[in-house]
Amino acid sequence: MNIMMLLEMANSVFPDRIAFTNAEDGSSVTYQELFEKSGRAASAAKDSGSDHFGVLDVTSLAMPIGLFGSAWAGLPFVPINYRLTPKEIEQLLSRITPVYLVVEDKRVEDLNEIGDIRVLSRSQFLDEEIPSVGQADPWSMDPDDVAVLLFTSGTTGEPKAAVLRQKHMVSYILGAVEFASATEEEAALVCAPPYHVAGITAVLSSVYSGRRVVQLPNFTAEAWIDLARSERITTAFVVPTMLARIVDVLDEQGAADMPHLASLSFGGGKMPLPVLEKAMKLFPTTDFTNAYGLTETSSTVSVLGPDEHREAAASSDDYIRHRLASVGIPLPGVEIEIRDDQGIALGSDESGEIFVRGEQVSGEYRGIGRLTDADGWFPTKDKGHIDKHGYLYLEGRADDVIVRGGENLSPGEIEDVLIQHEAVADVAVVGIPDEQWGEGIAALVVLNSGKRVTDEELKNWVKDRMRSSRVPQIINYTDALPYTATGKLLRRQVKIEF
Amino acid sequence: MQLKTGARLQSTVCNAEVMIITAPAQDVSLSCGGAAMAAAGSDVEKGEIDSDHQLGVQIGKRYVDEDSTLELLCIKPGEGSLALDGATLLLKDSKKLPKSD
Repeated sequence: MNIMMLLEMANSVFPDRIAFTNAEDGSSVTYQELFEKSGRAASAAKDSGSDHFGVLDVTSLAMPIGLFGSAWAGLPFVPINYRLTPKEIEQLLSRITPVYLVVEDKRVEDLNEIGDIRVLSRSQFLDEEIPSVGQADPWSMDPDDVAVLLFTSGTTGEPKAAVLRQKHMVSYILGAVEFASATEEEAALVCAPPYHVAGITAVLSSVYSGRRVVQLPNFTAEAWIDLARSERITTAFVVPTMLARIVDVLDEQGAADMPHLASLSFGGGKMPLPVLEKAMKLFPTTDFTNAYGLTETSSTVSVLGPDEHREAAASSDDYIRHRLASVGIPLPGVEIEIRDDQGIALGSDESGEIFVRGEQVSGEYRGIGRLTDADGWFPTKDKGHIDKHGYLYLEGRADDVIVRGGENLSPGEIEDVLIQHEAVADVAVVGIPDEQWGEGIAALVVLNSGKRVTDEELKNWVKDRMRSSRVPQIINYTDALPYTATGKLLRRQVKIEF
Repeated sequence: MQLKTGARLQSTVCNAEVMIITAPAQDVSLSCGGAAMAAAGSDVEKGEIDSDHQLGVQIGKRYVDEDSTLELLCIKPGEGSLALDGATLLLKDSKKLPKSD
């Protein structure tokens, strides 16, 4: 089992199709070119004596060539977050030496100083100045070979290196994607960075389906919209913060004007309901899919599909309508269970920790081991519940739960209520130290432009819709909440505001 | 032979190649076009296809036995049909999923 096999199959059926286009410089590769360049990259990386293949760069053609080339060479592919500080980058690199490392051109000199790193600039790598020993040996089919190492964002402590083996990646693709199912006209707009699991799986699923990928290395809503129109994009994945910005810009323009966009999927964070509802109006013919997944599960484990979005949006039954906030039902081959603190499985509509099991689930960190239990279940540390129809709802990270006077409160449900207020554009709820209750509730609010509101109004808004224990005792206002580039809310930073 | 998950096998009578997704625990006989399959890359002289076993295998399709003890992915197409201990394998139904990445 090897992800190279996916590319080999695509190359055997449509060698002349364009596989990837980098929108920044217009460069492209066909499937055949991608296959051949991966082979050359594999022999060069192997020849360098390295035992990892790193990429420290925004997305470019070097990303798919590196991903497949490293699989061919039998080396773990390690994309590094280029937004980290030089010191953080150096620390991560020291954990994967000796490494064959492709970097953005301007970084070459800084990194040449560090030992045991074979540094190549992206242009050297793509211009094939790479020394090649000719055709690479056949790739290994061992399902346990490590395909990808992804460093977690490390919001608490040192980043962990999540291990994804060939069997996890291949199982995910075979379970989720039909081979050669895309027509030549189909094109995916990919703006997830290489170091995000969605950036990796976007490459694999596009290749296996035969869909052309248009890479957008530096996301702005304007660039995304222009590119979607000019490249006649048919499918795209965005994180919620990206969709919120796209919706804002399109709102000003009046219409999306993208009839070619057949499907738009999102994930990687909680989608505010008002943003989704606006987006569904702006893209009336587009299929919406909400995907839930983690790095440790080789990305998507559950989806709320297009028909379910439409059915929920049109329903007059509140229980069904609420389903718009759900992340759907598990993919085939994936099981999901909700458990309490003692590890006992819970029934429908009961809140607890989300556990996941399936062939694509790794749950392993380098130096720590697999965190799955004896039956293969992985604890996600996400809180959630499953409704009586089997739909999964997320309630935030287990670590974010606010314990107020012995009662467990989920920030997510309070945020869901506050964001429905017409003055509120975005909101984060966190726990703050409280002498009487142990923890109290604080809300950091971003207002819609031109709107004003009093604390009292917002408190009453919550009191009218939830139990009084959910009412924030402190409300502060800010221009924007702190998010990572991939749409994760930095709650620790929000807490500092109080 | 004992099949191994992830291993690649080739037909000895046509161009078909498969990868093992799920392997049965016990020794089995896996054939294509009426002749036993061999490890991919092994140097075997191509034999004649058995005319009773030429339904063909399609690239990208998955094949299973009746009890789902064995699952294969076809990675190169061919004219022969796949069989486990003499019983022809079935095409596994694929369900169309919404695009999620």
